[in-house]
Amino acid sequence: MKSTILALSALALTAAIPMQTQAADDPILTRQALMKSVGAATKASGAIVKGEADYDPVTGDLAMRVMHSAAAGFSHFFPEGSETGNKTEASPEIWKDMAGFLAAAKKFEADAAAAVEIAGKGEDQFKEAFLSVVANCKSCHEKYRVKK
Amino acid sequence: MQRLAGLLLFLAFVGGAGFWLLTAPETLDAASIQAHNPNLENGRLLFDAGGCASCHAADGAKGDDRLILTGGHALKTPFGIFRVPNISTDPEHGIGGWSDEDFLNAMIKGVSPNGQHYFPSFPYASYQRMTQSDLLDLKAFMDTLPASSVPSKDHDLPFPFSVRRGLGLWKLLFLDGQEFTADPNQSIEVNRGAYLVTGPGHCGECHTPRNLIGGPLTDRLLAGATAPEGGGFVPNITSHPSGLGGWTEKDIVYALETGFTPEFDSFGGSMVSVQENMARLPASDRAAIAAYLKAVPALETQKPEAQ
Repeated sequence: MKSTILALSALALTAAIPMQTQAADDPILTRQALMKSVGAATKASGAIVKGEADYDPVTGDLAMRVMHSAAAGFSHFFPEGSETGNKTEASPEIWKDMAGFLAAAKKFEADAAAAVEIAGKGEDQFKEAFLSVVANCKSCHEKYRVKK
Repeated sequence: MQRLAGLLLFLAFVGGAGFWLLTAPETLDAASIQAHNPNLENGRLLFDAGGCASCHAADGAKGDDRLILTGGHALKTPFGIFRVPNISTDPEHGIGGWSDEDFLNAMIKGVSPNGQHYFPSFPYASYQRMTQSDLLDLKAFMDTLPASSVPSKDHDLPFPFSVRRGLGLWKLLFLDGQEFTADPNQSIEVNRGAYLVTGPGHCGECHTPRNLIGGPLTDRLLAGATAPEGGGFVPNITSHPSGLGGWTEKDIVYALETGFTPEFDSFGGSMVSVQENMARLPASDRAAIAAYLKAVPALETQKPEAQ
């Protein structure tokens, strides 16, 4: 387990260097990178929920913290002028209904914060935390993402 | 000169009469409709498989509100804006006053009780594959749902799509009147999946691309298509590597149950509502759909360049 975390951290560090130069000034690339982090956390958690991987409190806690960090920053990367380009799958609905989008992002952040509190406390709590957070994926993607 | 004018007039008359004859709304032979003792449980299953509420309930309706088929959703398509009608049990604004024959003519022939063509945005080209018994079970279930007195609104379509009568020509090309027939070389499970996907589920209405006049490209069955609404691309769900090739049957079942792909990306857009309908079906039906999707011809995705 420790070696996996070390390997992941090393990977994150090396990945962060080129990503920074690429993404720092571009809100589209930044929000895409954040969503990829959410995807990685969801995948690791999903494997546990599906019974394909064993639960351990460190991974459970880490996964929900990744979700929370991404959720807290995500909605700041949709400024005017970032509607198109870089194969963005952001729906024009986001800018037509910014208040609704921000409310959805806030709910994601709040659910992730609540999940962080319990994800490391046992497998059942982790599953409950995970399901409450990922309910946000579908409800937000239903309205605000256009798959290309 | 006079003769030429006469000839033109004659040709216009023949052409007009031909158009009129070719486009006449065709209905079922009333004698072919059998008395039916409905199964409401099966009707509910078909209501979910058919996704009726996804279009006909009010936008954003959740829970029991999904059962109020008040209409009003606007489908913004390349052909114009279709406004989904009220199909609740209200006798005036909905379909509460319909006979079995009215319902079957709508679902199989795409013809309204007053003899007008429906636009194929109402997916009767898929529903025509359903058995009469299933259709009447569905009607019986819908007859138990609440009434809504919200009037239906007109579609907003440019010429020539605004000419309803012209749909007779579309039907000559794309409405074959064939009920689903099982493939004897496939298992019962695959055939059940084929029935659900091509009939009530009407999956091809979005996942199969269309030609310029909105007819399905049958040689590109389920191979993915430009989304009918709002840009984007509806994925290829054949088992080609560019489609669901990397997914196991279990993955497909899991996705239909939870809305998550094997990579734990979530479903989005109108598939969210479709998936929630699918999650209400018996597990065996989701397994049947997965088995069928693995059995359809694998076709490579052909996508327009993404911006």
